Amino acid sequence: MAEPGSSTAAAGDGGGRLRNAFGGVLCAFTLLLIGVLAFSIRLFSVIKYESVIHEFDPYFNFRVTQFLSKNGIYEFWNWFDDRTWYPLGRVIGGTVYPGLTLTAGTLWWLLNSLNIPLSVETVCVFTAPIFSANASWATYLLTKEAKGTGAGLMAATILAMVPSYISRSVAGSYDNEAVAIFALIFTFYLYVKTLNTGSLFYATLNALSYFYMVCSWGGYTFIINLIPMHVLLCIVTGRYSSRLYIAFAPLVILGTLLAALVPVVGFNAVMTSEHFASFLVFIILHVVALVYYIKGLLTPRLFKVAMTLVISVGLAVCFAVVAILIALVASSPTKGWSGRSLSLLDPTYASKYIPIIASVSEHQPPTWPSYFMDINVLAFLIPAGIISCFLPLSDASSFMVLYLVTAAYFSGVMVRLMLVLAPAACILSGIALSEAFNVLTRSIKCQLAKLFDDSPAASGDSSAESSSASTASTNSAKNENRSEKTKTIPKEKPSKNRKKEREVAESVPVKHKKEKKLLVLPMEASAMGILLLIVLGGFYVVHCVWAAAEAYSAPSIVLTSRSHDGLHVFDDFREAYAWLSHNTDVDDKVASWWDYGYQTTAMANRTVIVDNNTWNNTHIATVGTAMSSPEKVAWEIFNSLDVKYVLVVFGGLVGYPSDDINKFLWMVRIGGGVFPHIKEPDYLRDGNYRVDAQATPTMLNCLMYKLCYYRFVETDGKGFDRVRGYEIGKKHFKLTHFEEVFTTHHWMVRIYKLKPQKNRVRGKLKKLKSGSKTSSTIAAGRNKNPWQ
Amino acid sequence: MAPSPSSLPTAISSLLLLLLLAAAVSVYSSSPVLEGGIRVVSAEKRIDLTGSIVKVFLTLKVENAAAAPEASQVLLAFTPTEFERLAIVKAARAEGRRKKKMYIPHAVKASDLAAAPNGHRLYSVLLSSALKSAEVTTLEVFYVLTHSLEPFPAEITQSDPQLVYYRDSAVLLSPYHVLEQTTYLKMPSNRVESFTRVDPTSRTGTEVKYGTYYDQLPNSYVPILVHYENNYPFAVVEELVRKVEISHWGNVQITEQYKLRHGGARHKGVFSRLEYQSRPSISGLSSFKNLLARLPPRVHSVYYRDEIGNISSSHLRSDSHKSELEIEPRYPLFGGWHCTFTIGYGLPLQDFVLESDDGRRYTNLTFGCPLLDTVVDDLTIKVVLPEGSKNPQAVVPFVVEQHVETSYSYLDVVGRTTVVLKKKNVVGEHNVPFQVYYEFKPIFMLAEPLMLISAVFLFFVACIAYLHMDLSIRKS
Repeated sequence: MAEPGSSTAAAGDGGGRLRNAFGGVLCAFTLLLIGVLAFSIRLFSVIKYESVIHEFDPYFNFRVTQFLSKNGIYEFWNWFDDRTWYPLGRVIGGTVYPGLTLTAGTLWWLLNSLNIPLSVETVCVFTAPIFSANASWATYLLTKEAKGTGAGLMAATILAMVPSYISRSVAGSYDNEAVAIFALIFTFYLYVKTLNTGSLFYATLNALSYFYMVCSWGGYTFIINLIPMHVLLCIVTGRYSSRLYIAFAPLVILGTLLAALVPVVGFNAVMTSEHFASFLVFIILHVVALVYYIKGLLTPRLFKVAMTLVISVGLAVCFAVVAILIALVASSPTKGWSGRSLSLLDPTYASKYIPIIASVSEHQPPTWPSYFMDINVLAFLIPAGIISCFLPLSDASSFMVLYLVTAAYFSGVMVRLMLVLAPAACILSGIALSEAFNVLTRSIKCQLAKLFDDSPAASGDSSAESSSASTASTNSAKNENRSEKTKTIPKEKPSKNRKKEREVAESVPVKHKKEKKLLVLPMEASAMGILLLIVLGGFYVVHCVWAAAEAYSAPSIVLTSRSHDGLHVFDDFREAYAWLSHNTDVDDKVASWWDYGYQTTAMANRTVIVDNNTWNNTHIATVGTAMSSPEKVAWEIFNSLDVKYVLVVFGGLVGYPSDDINKFLWMVRIGGGVFPHIKEPDYLRDGNYRVDAQATPTMLNCLMYKLCYYRFVETDGKGFDRVRGYEIGKKHFKLTHFEEVFTTHHWMVRIYKLKPQKNRVRGKLKKLKSGSKTSSTIAAGRNKNPWQ
Repeated sequence: MAPSPSSLPTAISSLLLLLLLAAAVSVYSSSPVLEGGIRVVSAEKRIDLTGSIVKVFLTLKVENAAAAPEASQVLLAFTPTEFERLAIVKAARAEGRRKKKMYIPHAVKASDLAAAPNGHRLYSVLLSSALKSAEVTTLEVFYVLTHSLEPFPAEITQSDPQLVYYRDSAVLLSPYHVLEQTTYLKMPSNRVESFTRVDPTSRTGTEVKYGTYYDQLPNSYVPILVHYENNYPFAVVEELVRKVEISHWGNVQITEQYKLRHGGARHKGVFSRLEYQSRPSISGLSSFKNLLARLPPRVHSVYYRDEIGNISSSHLRSDSHKSELEIEPRYPLFGGWHCTFTIGYGLPLQDFVLESDDGRRYTNLTFGCPLLDTVVDDLTIKVVLPEGSKNPQAVVPFVVEQHVETSYSYLDVVGRTTVVLKKKNVVGEHNVPFQVYYEFKPIFMLAEPLMLISAVFLFFVACIAYLHMDLSIRKS
């Protein structure tokens, strides 16, 4: 990682070489520390809770990894999972992004072949922190390509602890994003590297890195759209070069071929609209390349003639192709876009047509506080970073700006995509901070030099120059833009009243040695500026540590609450899953709302009807309908699905807000979307959702209500629901078609069993019932002694 | 029900057979087995039925007939069912009188003379000093039967108490003539549904007394059946794997994997948490929700988890003599419910690994299961010796199945010698120390650190080599 050779000119004498070597070692050491920081800040969850897989999707990934490590890669590709989506099943090998699983599986295999006995679970838990360290190193590389080592280190440090990324990569959060963000940044790095060097070697690596990204996360479409956009931007702004061609053309060809190898993508890599931008830009790039080539061959006059000819023919062909494409795309119902992509382009799409996407909280648009929570002070540093990216504008820095702008848009649509914004924000803030520090320290140095003598000032300057030579890789370009800079900055100043940015802006011009006598900042101002920047950084660090420790480290399967008599642990979910796994038949089917599907299959090892991979809306709607139907109807639905147990999550006793009653309206909506006899207004009183005495009879008679509140009134005599904050509407009722078989310690999970079908003997039913009581084995046992 | 008239001729014929056999094998050439001389003067059998395990205390006053030769062993008989459920048999001989009374333990072994009538199996108590003619001695025999309480009704609801059957014989099953004998059965509560009457039979409170019976012929058996309430937790460990890893760097790591079952009457129908929480005195009487494990003192880094993570409900109390770990399974266990969990802990090496006089080292650990009052159906103890140890030899005071295998962990190259001991039907009385002797040279401790050091060294060498090499084709 050390970059000692970047300023060979300054390293003429021995001292310079030593300084460079020292700088390289320091840089490597800093990077190591950054890696340690990124890893260890994510261990709060292990220290505060335990080494356990978190939440929902990670459980599925964990289960897949277990399967992979047990059965090997070939079995994995062919895995048809009959434990989920009963009776349909799911082809796991063909519908899962295998990157994460293969990564963790390989790690595990490697460790085990070294005879280090780590369990699959442990490897899975620590995959995300390891890859966060990798991601911060990749950020260093990417930023270094754009703005030099100093900015790189700064950006890597910031990324190592950005809350947005921590939220997805704490130890135990074993999800695709954990490795995908690393793959994303690394792909961008290789792209920029290729763009800067024009090396085919890096272009090939870039395609491979893109392949890894495709393996890891559906978000790869962001790459395959952003890079073409950047290429297009470069072409439009007249920055076409052979390096651009090498950076893009191999990526499209190799990348698409490789992407098509991933089963879940397959022919989508050439057939869906998400990928069209790259092909279109690929064609444009070739046209442009051809034009440049011909321009080099022909005289200007001939070239003009050729241009008109080519343009007229080319346009005709283009129109024809585009027309065919549009016709093809328009013929498909979703216009060739997947639901999630469409809701990105049109934020209202999901809530209008696909309630199942809209029902997921992480698919909602974020609120402003969540920006502050997730990227904190970076939000204010970004503009400064953008400015310094324009000073001077290189291919790499324009890419950063474009990345930031698109990511900012997407994060505005879905809170989940804040994660994509985070690296961009870190990079630009890193650049901003690094530039600011650069300027401020240099002006202090100048002032100090001036204080003493003139001659030491020169030597000090030269040393400062050589030390920062690695930072300013495009020094000459900067010199040219210097005058431009001085003009643009004052214009920006009044618009931003943030102190930090003003300092950045003010201090930027001082950089240049020749003008420094004019633009150097006063000593006090620079010292103050540095101090304030450090305070700002300190605030950021404090916030990040707080976020990592308090906000994002809860594993959500085990809850804790602090009361006056100490820490109280709510481990009800695992209690219920453990009960299911040990005390029910191995082939029993468990119905629950889809949120708990992954956990049930992974922890309880029981077949579920629906799970978090919401691929079949009808199936989910069936479960939703059953939950919102009266008991008898629900029993029939569940019985037809061969369900034996129904699991509901109920928070009313302890005040756990994300329980099934609060999710119930989505069940009604999704159920009603497929089965029109379920109507949302039936469950609402005057448009209000409530389960107290004013609730509608439909609501009070539906299965979900009954299963949640069965015998709840007997706990406190009133039936006071602590989540909703009122007494429940219907207090005393009996279950006719279900029986309670297990309720956890805090009543958070309740499991019911479907009663067996009654014998259809009309008229004799009553007699049988009364008879069955007396002939139970207890009575028989007391009366009869086999020995007498 | 009196002993069947045919039992006497059978006994005689089997006796003849045994004599023949003994002569042929000439194991006990000096004293043939069922010497006609031995007879039981008086026997008292006290059966403790209060727990889930049946404990029987048998006091035998044995007399050698005047004209008979010296007897070196006394035989105990068990029915085939009892034999299968028998976990341990211990015998001691009372010496001295009154205040100076002391018990001398005697070896008990399964007799190879299997051919007792009705398939009865025999155990022989090997007397330390042979019983001379006309001598009388008192033997205290203690044995434990597991899985002998049969829940009836076999399925109960949450609010029912648990009733069980116990089957035994009113008279002492013995290959000898018994002159005088009584049997006492002790129940946990007054609630006894029924018991077989074999006159004279009497019941006082929680105790049922059978006898005194006089002059019972050898091998007589009078089946009795007691039906009573027993809400004691029937914790059965179906499978326990204890793995002891010894590291000469100073730690003995023990990992115990339990597969626990409630072996009582099966739970049927509804489980209502409400009833269980609000009416603990009548609801789920036979269920249990915590267990106590007795661990060695100075135990450290204790953990308690199962395959889906940590189980947060446990307490550790430690003093200088022992550590007590109180654990709660994730859910209360009702009849027939299962759960699995793992307990792990570390122990200081110097407490458990010692050096013997001949230079070998040996581990001194406790056999059996640290959970109190449980039956272990299938116990496996794996003692993983450090890499490079040789010639392991296990010394266990009772018969166990054992073999040696190799296991790998933490950068092992040649693997660690692992002594595997297996035993079925283990109860608390098996918690006695056992030893594994092995040879180990301390130099092997350095193998792995040296490996790591050389790996890092090689890595740096490779880095230096790479930085000093110019691999480019074209010189720039």
